[in-house]
Amino acid sequence: MALIPDKRGRFGKYGGMYVPETLMPAILELEQAYQSARRDRRFQREFQDCLKQYVGRPTPLYLAERLTKKLGGAKIYLKREDLCHTGAHKINNTVGQALLTRRMKKHRVVAETGAGQHGVAVATVAAMFGLEAEIYMGTEDMERQALNVFRMRLLGSKVTGVNAGSRTLKDAISEAMRDWTTNVRTTHYLLGSVLGAHPYPMMIRDFQSVIGRETRRQILAAEGRLPHWLVACVGGGSNSLGLFYPFLKDPNVRMVGVEAGGLGLTSGKHAARFSGGQPGVLHGTMTYLLQDEHGQVNMTHSVSAGLDYPAVGPEHSMHHDSGRIRYTAATDEEALEAFDLLSQEEGIIPALESAHAVAEVIKLAPTLKKHHLMIINLSGRGDKDVQQIARMRGQPL
Amino acid sequence: MTNRISSTFDQLQQKGEKALIPYIMAGDPSLSETESLVLALERSGADLIELGVPFSDPIADGPVIQKAAERALHSGTSLRRILTLVRSLRPKTQIPLILMAYYNTILAMGEAPFCREAVAAGVDGVIVPDMPPEEAEPLWKASESEGPCLVFLLAPTSTSTRKVQVIHRTRGFIYYVSLTGITGAKLQDLNNVRVNVEGIRKKTRKPIAVGFGISTPDDARQVAEFADGVIVGSAFVRLIGDSTQNPDFIERVGQFTRELKEAIRSNGHHPRA
Repeated sequence: MALIPDKRGRFGKYGGMYVPETLMPAILELEQAYQSARRDRRFQREFQDCLKQYVGRPTPLYLAERLTKKLGGAKIYLKREDLCHTGAHKINNTVGQALLTRRMKKHRVVAETGAGQHGVAVATVAAMFGLEAEIYMGTEDMERQALNVFRMRLLGSKVTGVNAGSRTLKDAISEAMRDWTTNVRTTHYLLGSVLGAHPYPMMIRDFQSVIGRETRRQILAAEGRLPHWLVACVGGGSNSLGLFYPFLKDPNVRMVGVEAGGLGLTSGKHAARFSGGQPGVLHGTMTYLLQDEHGQVNMTHSVSAGLDYPAVGPEHSMHHDSGRIRYTAATDEEALEAFDLLSQEEGIIPALESAHAVAEVIKLAPTLKKHHLMIINLSGRGDKDVQQIARMRGQPL
Repeated sequence: MTNRISSTFDQLQQKGEKALIPYIMAGDPSLSETESLVLALERSGADLIELGVPFSDPIADGPVIQKAAERALHSGTSLRRILTLVRSLRPKTQIPLILMAYYNTILAMGEAPFCREAVAAGVDGVIVPDMPPEEAEPLWKASESEGPCLVFLLAPTSTSTRKVQVIHRTRGFIYYVSLTGITGAKLQDLNNVRVNVEGIRKKTRKPIAVGFGISTPDDARQVAEFADGVIVGSAFVRLIGDSTQNPDFIERVGQFTRELKEAIRSNGHHPRA
């Protein structure tokens, strides 16, 4: 298999390094630091050790028996990333990048956050590694995810509201990039998904692929065979790629990435890049992008702040075009139904992001045979969403 | 190669003068006002003009230019309409016009159609703040034979290898970013800017224009001591944004231009090495 990405950070025609000159030296420094860390056994050992002792890995691969019975088709397993420290897969990446920040002798990190899960994971490792952290968050998201804002501040990070544009994840990334440009000599940009300029999409995929490697081992131990289907939600696309990546070379393992369908694909109010997007350049990378004919980036909508972003990781764009991964969308309504179903059938409250993956399984599982194995990446837990949902149902807490 | 950018810098050099390069956001408050502004800037002493192409997500810009881009998009501005404006300006002025456009706005049009139509309209140069030399190949190829000059940027963080690369690639002039930061930030260590510009000058005879953080006549005067051109952006954009309610706002912009030009002229002739 060819080196993916290539030396120029390209996944086929996607990816690359579209950043201002001021940042280019930092991007190249990061690439060098990561390439050397990747080969450094001590770095890898320390990373694995943190994942085990601090994050709580390996996370279980749980057989969802009641959900399986209820849907009456494929046998459904849940990869329990919601059981990671801080409640989502995001911390796998932040631990890796914190180690790298220390290796580059930088003492400050900036980050963006949408749902707040990445922000909390950044604030957590910043506390653990003694780094100064400033986290940018759209003011609309701060309102949706007030609990996570409080958690980040509790952990000693500065949370700065971004009042520009759509006041969501997209604008938080722009503002974090501006801070990074200004403080690039002392600061590392701790990006949270497989987005942005090379080497971020590759590096974050590598840090997250622990999910897929564990899953592979666990399903072989439990069933003695590989799964037929892997299903995960796709915002930027780090939890999905983390699960899918170690299975890409297994032709019989089928994969579905679920985007945010918002109020429906025909409403224009969604974040389904593969249904309404065109290749374009945003935040340092060339990838599918929701944009108008003039190249202006469209507003997106999703009930889930973590999926509410107009672009998608460039590696996903490559797998979309090749057909290796199938992309579909779940609407807000479908995600909310899935949220209830998993809570009530399995006693597991999923993050609204992960509920999009469950929604796809609700559609897909009944069409499959009982011997078919299906794995959902349960990328995060839903405690952060409880307040928002109570508000939506007219029962504010 | 002769073009309006190079001949302007040559003429200024012969007179012992430095270029004043205002940046305004095209379409803020409207494209017809942009037309009046361009003509007023030229009358008041601007030597080249940068026209910002509004983009929804301008990562290299501070709040002043971000808000101007929002206003321009709101008034219905697009790259195509800006090219139409340039075309209608050309019978009235020969001042070099340089577009500052984020890559996605060019990509949406296509690199080759953009280059063709920009030159046909009378655009002289294009600056793409989020396109480093590493990603410049498609636009470079499209612009090489018939396109506008592709102006590249250098920053305080640029390594010497990158300096060589940019000096080699850039056409028209070198855009030196005075600070590690975004547009509209405060000018930092001016002495450091001088040292860096003089370092670049040792490697090339191409003109060097300095931008970012230059907001007052006094800043402009000091930068003109060592640079061939002085780019003033956010200060113009703020002035326009603050005064469009006033009937005399174009005159105010003209007045600010004259003050800047005078400050630059008050500076002695420093021939290029």
